[in-house]
Amino acid sequence: MPLNWKTGGVLLGFVFFLAVLLVKPIGVSTQFVILDAIIGNTVNAELITQTDDGAYTSTNAYLAKSNGKYAKNAANPLNYSFVFVLAMMAGAFLSAMARGGVRAEERRLPAIWRANFGDTPMKRYLVAFLGGFIVLYGARLAGGCTSGHMMSGMMQTALSGYIFAAGAFAAAIPVAMIMYGREA
Amino acid sequence: MNILLALLIGAAFGATLDRIGATSPNWIIRMLSLRNLHLMKTILLAIGTGSILMFGGQMLGLVDVGHMSVKTAYVGVFLGGLMLGAGWAASGYCPGTGVCAAASGRKDALFFIAGGLLGAAAYMVTYPAWKASGLLDKIAGGKVTLGTVPGAEYEGLVGMSGDVLGIVLGAVFVLVAFLLPERLVGEGAAPVAAE
Repeated sequence: MPLNWKTGGVLLGFVFFLAVLLVKPIGVSTQFVILDAIIGNTVNAELITQTDDGAYTSTNAYLAKSNGKYAKNAANPLNYSFVFVLAMMAGAFLSAMARGGVRAEERRLPAIWRANFGDTPMKRYLVAFLGGFIVLYGARLAGGCTSGHMMSGMMQTALSGYIFAAGAFAAAIPVAMIMYGREA
Repeated sequence: MNILLALLIGAAFGATLDRIGATSPNWIIRMLSLRNLHLMKTILLAIGTGSILMFGGQMLGLVDVGHMSVKTAYVGVFLGGLMLGAGWAASGYCPGTGVCAAASGRKDALFFIAGGLLGAAAYMVTYPAWKASGLLDKIAGGKVTLGTVPGAEYEGLVGMSGDVLGIVLGAVFVLVAFLLPERLVGEGAAPVAAE
């Protein structure tokens, strides 16, 4: 059972505040691009290049945009935002262990899936894969995800955060209601 | 120093996402199907709390306004939001909760991450077409906040003082979190199956 919403909400809000106070607003989805670029550059060393004056650029227009900001981060993975996501994973792992771990059955297949589609792990993994594809494609098109646009954005009263949240919930609520008719 | 902060704040964020139930597709889907709004209340309270602390801190001069980072508004934000929303509901994960869920041992989250990496790569490749379409061109001023935040580099949509408006909206988020019922769809106690 998760934390009471009052405790959990204040805690989560405090973490978002702490990030702005000490560094900058939280965001996650850009790091999928950075990891892609790191992998891409390993396979093809021409992907990210450094010019004579030390600036980074890329043969990929997206990595090269904003003066090669993404290209630079991929060439130097030990930067704040990338390490942040790795630390998130460590934090979630430790937290899950501290509460006794996620049950084996649940790790294999979430209860809500089992209630609606039975014991069909392959189908679930396919949906998770396709879901991941459109989530990250959409996040990059939007320029941020639930963390960067919705939480950090609306917290700062950013117009873009409200536009994003409107789009996300307009699609998410009907899809969830149609796909998952049974409760769990 | 920055790396140390990344480790500390990142770990705190990951642990908190896990403790509020956001790393579980069950809780995400219960929220999105409006059958148990516990997580929605948590998120609304978090946005409100963060907003009040940040703008309050700015007014008191304790928070550097320069740390704000407002993203550009354009039509693609809405389109991308629709796509993310559909995938979020189908999979029960968003980028941040997906990586945390994988770290907590959920197998399907690994498939989500693999799909995500491919989706991000697909966007990298198709980016020039989006750029050419004009759907990435800024609207309503682009990087704007609702009010005009004193000392910030962003324009305000309305003439109101941005930090006061931020605190007022923060209070509205908190209020909505309290007023929101436990469930909007279905009857009886909201589902909270043991995990």
